[in-house]
Amino acid sequence: MKRGLATVVVHAVLVAAAVLTLAPLAWMVSASLMPAGEASMVPPRWLPSAPTLAHYRDLVARLDVARAFFNSLLIATTVTVVSVTLNALAGYGFARFAFAGRDRIFRVLLAALVIPGQLGMLPLFLMLRELGLVNSLAGVLVPGLASIFGIFLVRQYALSIPQSLLDAARVDGAGELRVFWSIVVPICRPVLVTLALFTFMGTWNDFLWPLVVLSDARLQTLPVALANLLGEHVQDTELMMAGAVLTVLPVVVVFLALQRSYMEGIVSGSVKQ
Amino acid sequence: MTGRALPSPGWLFVAPALTAITAFFFVPVLAAVVLSLTDFDIYAVASRENLRIVGGANYARLLDDALFWTAVRNTLYFVVVAAPLSIAVSFGAALLLHARVTRWKPAFRTALFLPVVTTLVAVAVVWRYAFHPRIGLLNALVAPLGIGPIDWLGDPRFAMPAIILMTIWKTFGFNMVILVAGLQAIPEGLYEAARIDGAGTVARFRHVTLPMLAPTLTFVTVMTVIGDLQLFAEPYVMTQGGPANATLSVVLLMYLEGFRWWNMGHAAAIAFVLFAAMLVLTLAARAARRVAGGDPEAA
Repeated sequence: MKRGLATVVVHAVLVAAAVLTLAPLAWMVSASLMPAGEASMVPPRWLPSAPTLAHYRDLVARLDVARAFFNSLLIATTVTVVSVTLNALAGYGFARFAFAGRDRIFRVLLAALVIPGQLGMLPLFLMLRELGLVNSLAGVLVPGLASIFGIFLVRQYALSIPQSLLDAARVDGAGELRVFWSIVVPICRPVLVTLALFTFMGTWNDFLWPLVVLSDARLQTLPVALANLLGEHVQDTELMMAGAVLTVLPVVVVFLALQRSYMEGIVSGSVKQ
Repeated sequence: MTGRALPSPGWLFVAPALTAITAFFFVPVLAAVVLSLTDFDIYAVASRENLRIVGGANYARLLDDALFWTAVRNTLYFVVVAAPLSIAVSFGAALLLHARVTRWKPAFRTALFLPVVTTLVAVAVVWRYAFHPRIGLLNALVAPLGIGPIDWLGDPRFAMPAIILMTIWKTFGFNMVILVAGLQAIPEGLYEAARIDGAGTVARFRHVTLPMLAPTLTFVTVMTVIGDLQLFAEPYVMTQGGPANATLSVVLLMYLEGFRWWNMGHAAAIAFVLFAAMLVLTLAARAARRVAGGDPEAA
């Protein structure tokens, strides 16, 4: 009997917690579909009286949000492809090759994990300004080209590749890049998927660096464009909610599709560190 | 074959990533040290001839910069309140998710985790409306309790609590997942043994769960505090640091000094103070773990 009561209480609390957690997101979606003005009514409405996509059309047609969306998509995709490639190469290199200075370099990298990204941001901005890369796609990409955390994640995984597989491929005459591509990459696939997911979502959600380096409205990423939109359209609650939905949607969809890889990545990243 | 030894293939594998990290991370970080020792400002942006080495003057100036101390106070307030609350919520949610009687675990986990993956700027916009004194959901929620209406983001007393509330909502799922993994790693045999010794639910929690989970809790605490010290986008979007600088954080001040007002030298000094705080925390946590004798790999 006691167990039955515990079951009810546990589930009641979990349902309440889930409802409270999802409520702001549910209201965001609902309000984005409301006719203008309805989301600002007192008391608040939970559902649109007559659902409309007018605000989404407005964002795309009049406010150029589609451009920001594609900027974000291009930047996040490019950073993901480049950084997963470079991190995979380096993670494998640190794990499976002996070379002078390897262990010392790796220790320096690990120690540097405590340095916050904001520290190098000011000089990096001035450097890019000298190179004429402020207000350019390249400028927003450079800090994300490779990551210490990514190298670390791949290295831990690559340590477990059976040496016999690598040796067999080399005996068959495969060059080192071929061994990497046809043996290492397939075996490391799970960790590479996780890393790609982290990188894509992290880059999509990033705010401070794109805010600093991209002042040209035509190059801005979606989060920066949304923050700017708030300045002019703070009264248009429904429009802002539609903008928020467009910003959140890609990362939520990607997360829901690849949830298992994401959760495993968090746990292994935290446990092994 | 030439006489020169070819570089090890290992070098070729690590070189591209190391080059990128060196050029765009290590060099800027080292340059930040130099920058913090100069008076780099809007005049130096125009012409390098206006640049002077001022030694520790930027750091000395921070000591009597009232705005800096406001930012430090606000950030500490945020960390000291948000981190324990957030970890408590994560821990509670993790215990519920881990409970033997719980069904539909993946669905609950996904629901509670979802805010973590959302774009901070976008949900900060949503919460800005939720905190609105007249039309906001939060006041509608607390009104039946006889509270309010509260001008959450417009009242200096409530602006930081509002940001803390939103931050807990946004982040608790992350630590929850890590803590669930920690709970799952506790051998079932320990609970069995405690039960045979006559330990009740509370005693098992105190003498098995808490000690076994201590390394995970330490890790989660350090990561949360380090993350909280970097508070930026929430006040940037919701309050711009106001009202009356009540939500001005250290990173927001660094951003304003460096990129709005072009006091780059001053901003670099602020960034180093932030780094020093993180470093001290990380080292303290490592020392604590070593003293406790846990996890030798992490030491």
